[in-house]
Amino acid sequence: MTTKVYIPRDSSALSMGAEKVAVAIALEAKQRGLDVEIIRNGSRGLYWLETMVEVATEQGRVAYGPVKVSDVASLLDADFLNAKPHALSLGLTEEMDWLKKQQRLTFARVGITDPISLTDYIAHDGYKGLKNALALSAADIVKTVTDSGLRGRGGAAFPTGIKWKTVLACEAKQKYIVCNADEGDSGTFSDRMIMENDPFVLIEGMTIAGIAVGATQGYIYLRSEYPHALVALNAAIASATEAGYLGDNVLASGKAFNLEVRRAAGAYVCGEETSLLESLEGKRGVVRFKPPLPAIEGLFGKPTVVNNVISLATVPIILDKGAQYYADYGMGRSRGTLPIQLAGNLKHGGLVELAFGITLRELLYDYGGGSATGKPIRAVQVGGPLGAFLPESQFDTPLDYEEFTKIWAVLGHGGIVAFDDTVDMAKMARYAFEFCAIESCGKCTPCRIGATRGVEVIDKIIAGKDTVKNIKLVRDLSDTMLNGSLCALGGMTPYPVLSAMNHFPEDFGIANT
Amino acid sequence: MQALQTQIDALISQHQNMPGALLPLLHAIQDNVGYVPESSYTHIAKALSLSVAEVHGVVSFYHHFRTHKPGRHILQICRAESCQSMGSESLEAHAKKCLNVDYHQTTTDEAITLLPVYCLGNCALSPAVMLDDEVYGRVSAADLDGLIAEAKA
Repeated sequence: MTTKVYIPRDSSALSMGAEKVAVAIALEAKQRGLDVEIIRNGSRGLYWLETMVEVATEQGRVAYGPVKVSDVASLLDADFLNAKPHALSLGLTEEMDWLKKQQRLTFARVGITDPISLTDYIAHDGYKGLKNALALSAADIVKTVTDSGLRGRGGAAFPTGIKWKTVLACEAKQKYIVCNADEGDSGTFSDRMIMENDPFVLIEGMTIAGIAVGATQGYIYLRSEYPHALVALNAAIASATEAGYLGDNVLASGKAFNLEVRRAAGAYVCGEETSLLESLEGKRGVVRFKPPLPAIEGLFGKPTVVNNVISLATVPIILDKGAQYYADYGMGRSRGTLPIQLAGNLKHGGLVELAFGITLRELLYDYGGGSATGKPIRAVQVGGPLGAFLPESQFDTPLDYEEFTKIWAVLGHGGIVAFDDTVDMAKMARYAFEFCAIESCGKCTPCRIGATRGVEVIDKIIAGKDTVKNIKLVRDLSDTMLNGSLCALGGMTPYPVLSAMNHFPEDFGIANT
Repeated sequence: MQALQTQIDALISQHQNMPGALLPLLHAIQDNVGYVPESSYTHIAKALSLSVAEVHGVVSFYHHFRTHKPGRHILQICRAESCQSMGSESLEAHAKKCLNVDYHQTTTDEAITLLPVYCLGNCALSPAVMLDDEVYGRVSAADLDGLIAEAKA
């Protein structure tokens, strides 16, 4: 009998040697005359256990990890193909505490299916959402998304349904759906995981968006740092097109939707939607003034929906199970679930999808297992390089857009980066300015000049020169950037800078005030 | 040189009719040639009805594009916060010292060009580096030595 063995093709798993493990298992099994079928699935997102190898049994999949090439012979000696115990045994995958407690809606299939198999996608509830959508009127699709409470998962948290409604109401011969896959925030990888590990769900979400607002062309603006996602998306688009899920007549509905991946080129600011549109048009990624909103005058001047990967990839389950099903998760005005990414100095980094409302502390210690270095966690940065640094006293804040606003922080794209007590917060503040200086598009003065001046002033503070005067100067400068910048890059750089200064004044040579 | 231009001209004619053709074209040139030669700007500009200044402006705006021939391999070290929290600074220093280059420079044997990168999306396994198209996670100085030796071989 053929035994099915699952070995991830996700790039983080590959970064821990998954390819070599797959080759070694295939070779070793062949030499021993064992009948093995290797399936390259996505990662379950328990990254500290990669390469995590699973074996299919009648009770479900049984996991082993972290597997190195040097473990392969002993795994086979221990008869892991029959789920026998080994030092690396993790038990039934679905019963693992870390996974069992999660509420995976957007990530329902991630790690389970073969990412580029359309058959596998359909066998796991894929394309049910699109089928439902095709039976609804455009306005009803938009209403379903609005009623679900889904808000933009890229960071701005703008209600997705409202954006769609604006585009639907625009009269135009050509409209576009643009997926913002320029996931540049440090500590985030949920977009990458979706694109590498379940690309069809993004394609389905974009198709539903196209049908809803009357757009016939979609673009995925993908960061150039994600070569594996590019391969997976292109393969999935090709098979979806071949099977009639994309093209000029989607599932014989008479409606057209075509999709193309466009590669970004390493500019962080292109994650800002108007700069992204400039880049898609073949220009420098310089931010546009708003209004006009992209929903009214977007790509090539046409009405355009610009949504993040996670927002679009969440649409299929909403259309499949209904707005209420999704809205039943979450707290306050933050409805549904958030794919949270645990990163940086944590023992157990990875992907945790949960309803809004869980606290940072639970995430850092119950899921994250504390710091990787074993030292106390001193600070966490939530929401990427433009997110605030939070001290231990704020770890009980629940993940909720409004709760984070109250403590002058942001959830952003749901990335959490932990730092142990060796971190120098003055250095981190300097880095925030430096990053802004490197990545500024140059259109507005507060960001272009302010970031460079910020680095200079922080350098003086670090050198202990006129500390009190220079701290005041950084606060003034931050005020100008906050209120005078054209987009979030300059406008939010003060978040990491001021939060570092406010919560960790001792690192700046000033007394706790 | 002539062969290079012929190759680029072929790529220009393949891409020039796409909407927003410039970025896909620049990617195609860099993927095939290894960089975007400044000598190609006039051809690109003419085909896309742009000025040479506009082409230069776009190439220079994006960190990904380079205008000089790189080494046989590209080694990128992540400088973002998550990797910093796991000691990427010492990894950067180690790489620069071993290769005897700074960022954006190529080793004298033309084997490796060293570049900084801001996030590889491997943040649960920091620090991360990328050698050509492959990402490596939880990279120690010894791991990096191994990768460098492999690339130089």
